[in-house]
Amino acid sequence: MTNISLKSLPSLHNTGTVFRKELRSYFNSAVAYVVIVVFLAIVGWFHSSNLFLANVASLRLMFELVPIIFLFVVPAITMRLLAEEKKAGTIELLTTKPIEDWELVLGKFLAAWALIGCMLLPTLLYYITIMLLGSVDHGPVIGGYLGLMLMAGVYVAIGLFASSITDNQIVAFIVGFLIMLALFMLDKVLIYLPDFAASVVEYVGIDYHVGSIARGVIDSRDMIYFLSMLGFSLYLTVISLGRRKW
Amino acid sequence: MAIAVRNLTKFYGTEKAVNDISFDVKTGEILGFLGPNGAGKTTTMKIITCYMPPTSGSVEVEGMNIEQHSLEVRKKIGYLPEMNPLYLDMNVVEYLEYAASLHGLQGILLGSRLKEMIELCGIGDVRHKDIGELSKGYRQRVGLAQAMVHDPEVLILDEPTSGLDPNQIVEIRNLIRQLGRAKTVVLSTHILSEVQATCDRVIIINDGTIAADGTLEQLQNNFRGSEKISLELKAPVANAMTDIYPKLQSLASVETVQYDGEENGAHKFSLHTLKGSDIREAIFHQAVAEHWVLLELTRTATSLEEVFHKLTTGETAAIQPGQLKQSIGAA
Repeated sequence: MTNISLKSLPSLHNTGTVFRKELRSYFNSAVAYVVIVVFLAIVGWFHSSNLFLANVASLRLMFELVPIIFLFVVPAITMRLLAEEKKAGTIELLTTKPIEDWELVLGKFLAAWALIGCMLLPTLLYYITIMLLGSVDHGPVIGGYLGLMLMAGVYVAIGLFASSITDNQIVAFIVGFLIMLALFMLDKVLIYLPDFAASVVEYVGIDYHVGSIARGVIDSRDMIYFLSMLGFSLYLTVISLGRRKW
Repeated sequence: MAIAVRNLTKFYGTEKAVNDISFDVKTGEILGFLGPNGAGKTTTMKIITCYMPPTSGSVEVEGMNIEQHSLEVRKKIGYLPEMNPLYLDMNVVEYLEYAASLHGLQGILLGSRLKEMIELCGIGDVRHKDIGELSKGYRQRVGLAQAMVHDPEVLILDEPTSGLDPNQIVEIRNLIRQLGRAKTVVLSTHILSEVQATCDRVIIINDGTIAADGTLEQLQNNFRGSEKISLELKAPVANAMTDIYPKLQSLASVETVQYDGEENGAHKFSLHTLKGSDIREAIFHQAVAEHWVLLELTRTATSLEEVFHKLTTGETAAIQPGQLKQSIGAA
């Protein structure tokens, strides 16, 4: 008989295990490639067709376009993360392993977030082409990417939560999409609101914060917004996953 | 004591799935959890494996409470859930690696355990195939390998042979028995022969309560309501009912005698006798004294099937097939 000493594990061992498994299963299936190709095709087409019309060496258009594409792509990436496990019953295998619910949630979150990162990575080529074409203001580009990644983080956390409340991937997609859409649209309805509500709603809306980071200003108010939205969504996911215990 | 269950109760909403059950499982024992579908077997197992908490009552695995030391308990348990859920898009080795890694194994140790499990469970040929491509028998082996990969003290197997063909069932049973030599195993089933083939001890559970607990032999003895003796004899008498019937009836320990008719000059009787009695000898002597010619004399003991049927339906009919026959005849 082999003697297995389960020494106290490095704290993120389990999260890392889940992360690697999820990321691998994105790339083992067609999901990752389809998502990346579709994303790049859309962004590339808009980018190239407008670049020469506007005749300005900037990625501003891309940074305005990608948040809209995220609305569709992110729920598509996250919808299966927990819903599929529930449907197939593998959630029972997973949650009877010596792993905390939050480790599981965090691993899945990071995997989907990393996939978004992989998706954005090739767009750096556009950055390079623009640099070759003219002088670029680097601040807004770095801020733009940072804003997109933070936005994606919040969206992925929301999508993961949507996936945790159902065993139906379609439902997970729609719920995730609607919450993301609501956050995205909030700062576009400000004109219909009285002043006192407007500033609150503006702060809750996600596009406002992405916009301010994209201007190259990294404000702690924005960072707090992103981190708290992200943390809150993940917290809700952990709670939702624990519902089996109620 | 590997597992100690005390006054375990579980409600789903207002529905009581498990009702105040208590039992122990000794280290090294193979315990069969037997009951009809919906009896509470799966619920009990889900609680022991920390998938969900009990409504009330407590469970200890290897001396540790499942609620206070959930992670520690989960390290000690290998679990094969009902329906054997698997990641169909992963290949066998990847999947076992994942399971082992979640149990904290890594590096060389992980590799050697994988190798051991693949060999033990006989899945070497399919190790690089996607699980979705495997037959049910192989999937079950993968499920078992997954449950065993961290060398747990306790194995919980929920219907490990359901949906398999007869050959696969035999294979999986052999595997379980082989594994069970070194481990404490709790397996659930609604198939009786499974318990007979693999288990040291059986708990029959019905409607969320324990209906019986003991070794197979004990159960058969305790629940033997009566024995049945089938008798066929030739006798030089005119009327079986008046000449033979009373004499059989007067034998010691006989409860009821039933005349099953005449065939080719031979009379057939069914006798129900008291629990634990064996009156075949008495019948023989009676036959000799009366110059009857005995053609057939068969004693049927209560089978486990009848015990199970009785305990899980509350009917006595199956225990006394003769009576069942009578009532059908009368209807």
